[in-house]
This record gives sequence, C-alpha cells and structure tokens, in this order.
Amino acid sequence: MYPSRFHYEAPRSLGEAFDVLQAYGDEAKILSGGQSLIPLIKLRFAAPAAIVDINNIPGLDYHEEASDGSLRIGALCRHRTLERSELLRSKYPTMSACAPLISDPMVRSRGTLVGSLCHADPQGDWASVMLAMGGEIIARSASGERAIPVSQFVIGPFQNSLEPGEIAVEARVPAPRGTRVGTYLKLERRVGDFATVGLAVALEMSGGTINRAGLALTGVGSSNIQCTAAEQALAGKSLNASTIDQAARLAAEAAEPKTDVRGSAEYKRHVVHTFVTRALSNRSAMAA
Amino acid sequence: MEERRITVTVNGEPRSVDVEPRMLLAHFLREVLGLTGTHIGCDTTNCGVCTVLFDGLPAKSCTMFAVMADGHDVMTVEGLGLSSELHPIQEGFREEHGLQCGFCTPGMMMACKALLDENINPTEEDVRWALAGNLCRCTGYQNIVKSALWAAEKMRSEAGAFSR
Amino acid sequence: MAQALDEIKIGGLGSSRKRVEDDRFLRGKGNYIDDFKLPNMVHMEILRSPLAHARIKSIDTSKAWQMPGVHMVLTGEMAAQHNLAWMPTLSYDTQAVLATDKVRFQGQEIACVVADDPYIAKDGCEAIVVEYDPLPPIVNPYQAVAEGAPIIRDDKEGQSDNICYRWEVGDREGTERAFAQADLVSKLELHYPRSHPSPIECCGSIADYNAATAKLTVYMTTQAPHIIRAAVAIVAELPEHMIRIISPDLGGGFGNKVPVYPGYVCSILCSILLTRPVKWIEDKTGNLISTHYARDIYYKGELALRRDGKILAVRFHCDSDNGAFFSDAQPTKFKLGLIHSAFAAYDIPFGYMTAQGAYTNKAPGGVAYRCSFRVTEAMFFQERAIQAAADDLGMDQAAFRRLNLVKDHQFPFRTPYGFLLDSGQYEKCLDVALNAIGYDDFLREKEEARAQGRRLGIGLSTMTEPLGAGNSREYDILGIKMFDAAELRVHPSGKAILKIGSKTQGQGHETTFAQIVAHELGIPAADILVQHGDTDNTPFGMGTYASRSTPVAGAATAMVSRKVRAKARKLAAHLLEVSEEDVEWELGRFYVRGAPNNGVSIQECAMAAYGNMPDGMEPGLENNAYYDPPNMTWPFAAYIVTVEVDPETGVWDVLRMVAVDDCGVRINPMIVEGQIMGGMTEAYAMANMQFITYDADGNCVGSNYMDYLLPTAWETPGFELHEVVTPSPHHPIGAKGVGECATVGGPAAFVNAVMNAIDDTGVRNIDMPLLPDRVWEALKYRRDVSGMPPVKSDAG
Repeated sequence: MYPSRFHYEAPRSLGEAFDVLQAYGDEAKILSGGQSLIPLIKLRFAAPAAIVDINNIPGLDYHEEASDGSLRIGALCRHRTLERSELLRSKYPTMSACAPLISDPMVRSRGTLVGSLCHADPQGDWASVMLAMGGEIIARSASGERAIPVSQFVIGPFQNSLEPGEIAVEARVPAPRGTRVGTYLKLERRVGDFATVGLAVALEMSGGTINRAGLALTGVGSSNIQCTAAEQALAGKSLNASTIDQAARLAAEAAEPKTDVRGSAEYKRHVVHTFVTRALSNRSAMAA
Repeated sequence: MEERRITVTVNGEPRSVDVEPRMLLAHFLREVLGLTGTHIGCDTTNCGVCTVLFDGLPAKSCTMFAVMADGHDVMTVEGLGLSSELHPIQEGFREEHGLQCGFCTPGMMMACKALLDENINPTEEDVRWALAGNLCRCTGYQNIVKSALWAAEKMRSEAGAFSR
Repeated sequence: MAQALDEIKIGGLGSSRKRVEDDRFLRGKGNYIDDFKLPNMVHMEILRSPLAHARIKSIDTSKAWQMPGVHMVLTGEMAAQHNLAWMPTLSYDTQAVLATDKVRFQGQEIACVVADDPYIAKDGCEAIVVEYDPLPPIVNPYQAVAEGAPIIRDDKEGQSDNICYRWEVGDREGTERAFAQADLVSKLELHYPRSHPSPIECCGSIADYNAATAKLTVYMTTQAPHIIRAAVAIVAELPEHMIRIISPDLGGGFGNKVPVYPGYVCSILCSILLTRPVKWIEDKTGNLISTHYARDIYYKGELALRRDGKILAVRFHCDSDNGAFFSDAQPTKFKLGLIHSAFAAYDIPFGYMTAQGAYTNKAPGGVAYRCSFRVTEAMFFQERAIQAAADDLGMDQAAFRRLNLVKDHQFPFRTPYGFLLDSGQYEKCLDVALNAIGYDDFLREKEEARAQGRRLGIGLSTMTEPLGAGNSREYDILGIKMFDAAELRVHPSGKAILKIGSKTQGQGHETTFAQIVAHELGIPAADILVQHGDTDNTPFGMGTYASRSTPVAGAATAMVSRKVRAKARKLAAHLLEVSEEDVEWELGRFYVRGAPNNGVSIQECAMAAYGNMPDGMEPGLENNAYYDPPNMTWPFAAYIVTVEVDPETGVWDVLRMVAVDDCGVRINPMIVEGQIMGGMTEAYAMANMQFITYDADGNCVGSNYMDYLLPTAWETPGFELHEVVTPSPHHPIGAKGVGECATVGGPAAFVNAVMNAIDDTGVRNIDMPLLPDRVWEALKYRRDVSGMPPVKSDAG
C-alpha cells in the first residue's frame, strides 16, 4: 500500500510528454487511468523511476467514427464512457458487451481501453475484443506516428511493442464489411474478477453470409489468442450447426490453457468450446 | 525528497498542500486532511471502502496518486450530508439497517451516490450492479440494496416536491 | 393514572430500534484504529518471509537503520533479549513473534521497521537483506505425518514428528456394538477447506508507553480487550493495573481479532524501547497470510443406520491442519474445540470420534471464524453426512431428518458426546422451512427440468449448535473462567450508563444492550448509554466471539438490571410509604398492591436514591453483576437452498434461499435478521468461492482480495427469513446466540443443493468451494473432487 518514491511529471501536451520521455528513457512509465499500473506500484511489484501522467493532456478522451468509417478511441477514453456509449450499443456489439465486464464501476470510471491494451495482461478483456475486430494502436512519438495491429502490439504477457519514446495515443477499429454482430462472453469466479475464460466474437455479415469473422480468447494462454483457424472456417460461410461446431472445435484447439486456481486446462478448453457454440448459436444476442 | 504543491477541491473547499508524488489519494484525504471517513481495506483495488467521487464519478482513492487530483474535485463521505441533517442515502442506510460494523459504509454510500446521481429510479439489479466493486462482510448486501432503494424513493419524492 | 409503558415504544425487548452506532458511522465519524493519531507517533511495518520453510542464515538490517526517518529495526534477536521472540498460545504451544532460527510459513514475521511514516517504514523493510537456506515445505497433514517428513517444530524439545495433538471422545465400545448391528453403514470423506474471517478492516495497534508514569496504553483491534490485558500482563511481565487496552470501533472481527498477533507484541515492544507511540496497521496481504486461519479439517466418518432410517451411531475421525504453531484460539478443555457437538440435533444413541492435528508450513491459527470453536466444521460434516445417509437409504432427505431430529419432549437432551441441549422445536422449524420453499412442488419441478436436460437441486441443513461459552467447568483462558460482567449506573434524572465487558464489532451492542436494560427497568433505551471496549472503564468480560455476547454479557446485563431494580423497589417502598412486600412492579414503575394508581416511576426512584433515601440506605443507584452461564444456549436453524447447475460450465446459481432461525427471544429483530443475512452470505461465500489454499511450494493462494474471493452484492442471493421462538430456559431473558448460526449451518445447505442437482452421477462429494471447474469435473468424470493442497511429486 506504500509505493516507492518516483519522479512525477504531468505534461500538458503530447509534445511535453515526448520531451519528458526522452529525458527518462526506459525509466519512465506512462500513467493514464492507472487502474493496472497503480496496483502494481502499490505492491511494489513495479517501481518506475519516473511517472508521466498524461491525464492533463487535452483532447484524448474521445471515441468517435472517422469519415473512413473507422472507430477511433483516444488514450483517455474511460471504460465507463464506452460502457454508456450509444454509438457502441448501436454498432459495436462486441465492445458494448465487453465494457461492463471490465472490473468494477469505480475502476471503469478511471481505467482506459488504450491503457488496458498497453498493460497487455494476458487476462485483459479488451485485447481479445480488439483482436477479434482487427483493431490497431496508433503509436506516436516526437518523430512521427505509426499504426500497429493489435496482433503485433500485444507481444507477450505484460509486453507491448511500443518503442522507447512512443505513446499509444489511440485505438482504431476499421470499418466493417457489412453489419457487425458479435458478443463478449466471460466466465469469472466473481464479478470483476479476471476471466477464467473470455471469448470475443466479432462478425461482419451481409445477410446470412459472414464476410469477416473475428474470434479471440482471454485467459487461456500467455497472451490473448486470435483463433485464426476458426475465423477462416467461418469466413464466407453462414452460421449453421456444422459451421458453428467446426468453429467451436477449432477455437478450443487454439486455446493454450494452463491448470491453475481458476480451473484445469481441460476445463478451460471445454468452456471455450461451450462459449463459441453458445455465442454463435444465439444470433439475436449477437445483434447490436 | 520531491514534493509538489497541489490544490484539490475537497467537499467544496479548495485545499493547497505539498505532497510527495507517491502519496495515494486515500492517504492524502485521511492523513493530510484528516478526513478519516474514507477508509482503506485492501491492497489490490478490490474492496471499495476508499470510494470517493472524483469530479462527480466514483473512484477508488487508493488507486490514484494525490498529485493526480491537482485541479480536480473530490467528494468524500464527510461531504455527503451535514452534521445536523443526513443525506437521504445516509438516512436510508439507517432506516434499512444497511450497515453493521460501518467500515464499508462510507464507500458503499459514495457508490450509491454515484448511481443515484445518474439514475434516480434504479431497480434492485441496477443497485447490485452499481455496488459490485464494494465489499461488505457484515450485512449480506440485502439491506444495503434496500437502503439505496429507500434513498432513491426519498430523493424522487423530494425532487418531485421541489419541482411542484 | 400512570399508564404501563409500551415496551416497543421505549425500545425494549422485541423493538427493531434503529442503531445508535449509525449516527457516527454514517457521517464517516467512526473511530477505527487507523483513525487515531497520537502526538509524537511513529509507524511500524513488518517484513515477512517469502518462503514457507527455510533456515535463516543471516539478517542484515544495516541499510534500513541508516535510512533517514527510520527509528528502529526490530529483529527476533533483539526481541529475544526481552524474552519476547516467542509467545505462548491459547492451545498451550508457543508461537514465534519474530523468526530467529527458521521461518515456518510464508508471511511469517521476520523484522519490524519503525519510521516517521509508513512509506518510509516500508522502504526500510525493503532494505533489509535476509539470507535463507530453503527447506522442503509441508502443505497438508498427510504429508506432515509421512515418513521422512522434515520436523517443522525442531524448536520444541522432544518433538520428534509433526503431530501437535491426539484426542478422542465418546463411547468407543458402545459405538462399535451399534455399528455391528447396523443394516447399512453410510460413509463420507471430505475436506473443509482453509478459510479466513477476513474482516474488511485489518488488524492494527497503537502502543503508547509512557515512561514517566510507566503506564502502557494499547489501542488495538481486539474482540476481547480484558483477556488481552491479562495476556499482555502475563506475556510481557508487566503489572496488569498499568496496562490499558482500548478497542475502538472495529471494522468487523468474525474471530480474526480474538488472538494476540506478533504485530501487536512488536508495536508494544517498540513503544517501550522508543518511549513514544508506535502505530502498526496491517495490510491485507499480511492479514490474510499471517493472522489466524479457520477450518482446514479432513473428515472420515460413518453413520450406522437401520433400514427404517433410524441412526444408531456415528463415528468419525478428523485430521486437522494446524499450521506452523498450534494456536487454536479457543477456551475449551477439548483439543479440537467443540467439534464433538456434531450431530447434536439428532437423537443418536452412540458416538465416538478421534482427532489428530499436524504441524504444516502454513499460517497458524484455528480461529473460531464466525463460529463457536470448530462447530462450523462439525455441522458441515454432520449435514453432508446426513444427506449422504438419506441418499444411501433411498429416503427423502426431509423425512430422514424428521425421523432422527430430537423431539420437543426430549429436552433437556444429552448428546452421546456429553452436551446438554437446552430447548428447541426442531420439527416445527423444519416444517416452516419446507413450507416456505414449497418442498414437494420443487421436487416435481426438479424432475420435470431433469427430463429437459436441466439440473435443479435442493439442499437442506438442520442443526443446533452450542453458543455462549461457557460454563466454568469446561472453559477457561489462562485459568480465567468464562464470566462476563456488566455495571449499571442510574443517574439522578433516571438516565443510565451501562458498562459491559464484551465488545461489539458491528453487532450493535450499543443499541441492543440498552434494550435489555429498558426491558428490565422501563428506562427508555434512548436514555441509556452503553460503554465498552476500554479496560480502564468497563468491568471484566471475556470478549465477543462464539456468539457469546447475548448469552453471557447480555445475561449479566439483565442480572445487574434486576439488582438495580431490587434497590429501586426499596426506594419505591420508602416513597410510597408502604412495606417492600406491598410494592408491585410493572414496566417502568412500582405501585402499591391493590392501588395501581398509587405508584412511582423508576426515574423518581433514581432521584430518591440521590436525595431521598431511607435512613441507613447507602446512596446511589448502581450495581454490577458477573454471570457464569450454567450451560450453552442451543439455537436451531433449518436452511433450504435451491440451485440450478449449468452442466456445460459447472456454474451454479442460487434460485432461492430460505432460513428459519430459532434463536430464542429476539432482542432486536432487525439486528437479528441482519446477523442472519450476513452469516448466510459467508456461508454462500465458503460454498462458492472463498478459500485459502497453498501450492506445493507452500505459497499461499488467496493472499489478497484478487484471489481470496468475497462475494459482492451482484452474486449474493436474496434471503427469505422466517422465525420460530423457543426461549432458552436458563437465560434470564430467554435469548440464545444467533450471530453465527447461518455461517455454521449455511454452507451445507448450498453444497447439498448442488450435490442434489447431480444426484444421478454417483458423486458423493465435491470439496468446497464448489468452483465451476470442480462441479464440471465431477459431472464429466462421475468422480469425487478433492480440494487438498497438492504435494510435490518428487517430495513424496
């Protein structure tokens, strides 16, 4: 409960933030919502020499659709905003289903989607959602900006692919091909717990045909897992008993669960199968 | 030792103090300002007894640094009612026996406040969902839920009386 | 004429009076331990062992000593110079205060740092370097007694194994004869997992040794301030009258705040050495991994049954996992508390039990977590075994219980293990519960659902338990009997102060004890201030745990009120100018027999006690009473839970939960119901999610609230409460203990419901908590699921 000492900076602009980052290099940690970082610091599992608090940088709390149809979520957009977003409710059912399942109401007031992705907890829910939706992270530095697909952004447990000096300023979800349907299912031991098993389903459909399928798993591997084989099996098809069964089987095969206090590896794999079957079989629950 | 001057508006009153950046907001409220109604119950951001309203929204003050509150508005249980007159939420907790040891109560009431500020007509399920980040070991929650619903009803009737 | 008072209106017995404690708690003005700030106070933090079992090679504190703001670094070696490296336990063992030779569990206290603020104290802890020589850890009692197991307590002379006690009770031969005559023997094995009371507020203390007066004042989170004072006097060899223990508002206790912990002792020692106040506030991890655990008992038991359903005898064995030090916080003469109160509610002629305790590399304890010394384990095994026996007989579980429950006309009833049940209406309670849940309808619904592939289940739990320790023959702490005292002082204007030796942790004593006085004297409860928790200002009491406050301190309060009333009667006779024999009492007033209009109020008597007493009478209207309970009180409860199990995920949801409690006369029904709902939530927690376990390396799993799961408002079910009232015949106001019944009897109702939902699988047991993966495993493989901590395969 008593953090180690650190140097604190609260830049008022991204430019200032880049300067501070340059000065402190690897020693600095970016603080946005703080709901993952501060708990680690409190327990002294993390003891950064410097903290760069970006909460005072204006203009980063947005979530909106751009003219190209992509969804853009600023680094300071809180879970709470996404949970209450009419835009998400009407057009992004996977995100809308996931947002209320992040931790608890107080944590959702402060925590951010972009921060969750940067934290790269293998039990983080948002990374699965973004993997399923083909999302990307916009990393900016003093020298420019680049887009990193989430599949290449979360590279291991608590590891992201930001370069020194870069700040993740935005998450993006590309425009869909057709109508989005999807959901997020989470088995948790208690509300607010990390997932025993989480499943993000994000389909883009025209009529009964799946143009693009996104399936990703939480809590059953050393990182979030994109179920590429299951996605491919669904692409171009329609949802029926046979395609659903195949997707469930392939997703269960993609899982790499470990036996731990949340359950045996076998159990978690079974739940993946059950979740995929249940999610895909309940078309109305997947509608936006 | 690094210190920073921060100005935080706590329960409506601006407070300017020098603090170490590592000081948690909960410790700032309790140790520096002496507002000991905000409690600390765990190390892992789970129990919610430190819940305050930060710019009107519920937040766990154990999971913020005091320096992050510079220029912001914090409301604690001490700002909920007056010493002479209880807030309807406080009344509700008393009327429906929504507290026993009282340790979770301030955080619980602040989480209720956040809910009722947004939704004055909540269902039982709404209340249970809004309190999902606040642990209580004594009551079994049923009376806490009733307390929140009691308060909502009183606040609705007061709002109605006011508008008439 | 004077009207007789309306007892409910004055806040007497049976009034759901709003709580007086709430006024401060609702405003954030409670006074919990961490809210106190004394002048010149410094802060203590504890360094704990990361390893479960290791020899300490060296402890280097030099860097910590050099830190600005650090005042003291206390090690076991320094404590030993004051004879405080070890302390005695309530179970006649010893416990390390600060480790000197080796560490015996993960989280054990190694050193303390005292500094200007807790941040610096933590920095100091981080700067201490400890070198360890790891030893193989032992994580369950079977591993502990296996051949070649390392001796954990090599500090104890003559200890050549890891067994800390053996114990037996009952009639072995009679039980054997009964088993020989049985038509059927129903067997059950299970583990009641390790748990922790885990009040939201952790432990803490502020020790303030005043060198000028030699007085030691200790503010501490204790449920038993008076016995703590005696313990401190004995352990620290300090004069008892120069020790003052103040237990402020407690943020819950549930048994966690009964024992003496190393943190308290260290803060006292540091305060004496530094001659300034030293504050220690435990963090959650420290609380969960080092303060007393509860439960952790392995059962093997069997019931001898006649074909018609009659239970002939019961026999069981317990292996308890006692952790590194045998420090069961319990006052009985029995090695495993009141575990042999199991099956008390049933008319079983013969019983025999054996128990053995083992040292392991786990936190010490055996605390009575919302429980009267191991009765929670007792009643859980009882109700699981009863269900298994009904299933084995092919009998309806309600009918089987009804057949064997002690009948109304049998009280007082002596159990085969020697307890004497005071009173009850067990069948009536069962009937109220069955009616409330709609038992027969549910059984039909269950069958219909099963046909559609859905799994519904119903679980019963019926039990009595001994509450209110205890009589002076069988209970003591440090040789002190289990009395409780009350002092009542009525002021001239008729307002009163009641001082009690018990200590509230949320039960609302400041509200309810005034109600007892109101009932006895007719003084409105609002006119009575209840004081407790300060040993300088309250009479002796053994503390609040094991549901003993109402049975013992509550009885003392009634008795002292009656003493005061007896004196008031003399004053009334004087004021009414009649002889005492001609004075009649009704609530709040005395009157002349045959002339009810001619009377005086209790308040008038109070004024007379200070200004118009008869010649020769000592002035004042006050008294005290010590109460030695003749027996325990025996409340009864019937709990029924219905659930639905999702066979694909193993997740189970509670459909309904009905509780029928007979706790005798209810002083404040609102508070009683609050206690029952709180207890039931802990029962649900234990059945569903809440437990502490260890991995094969001795790492504690459940050391924080991310892993030690407490249910929230979201998953906690709603409760439907009903009551039956059978007054206790030996308690002055007929009340029985109640605060723990639901925690004790509740878990089996939840587990039995889940087992009932899978009753076609042949699975006899799933160890608590019934985590979804365990239920799924039982369903898939049709096998029992054990929760025993795993042992490293290479360690045997």
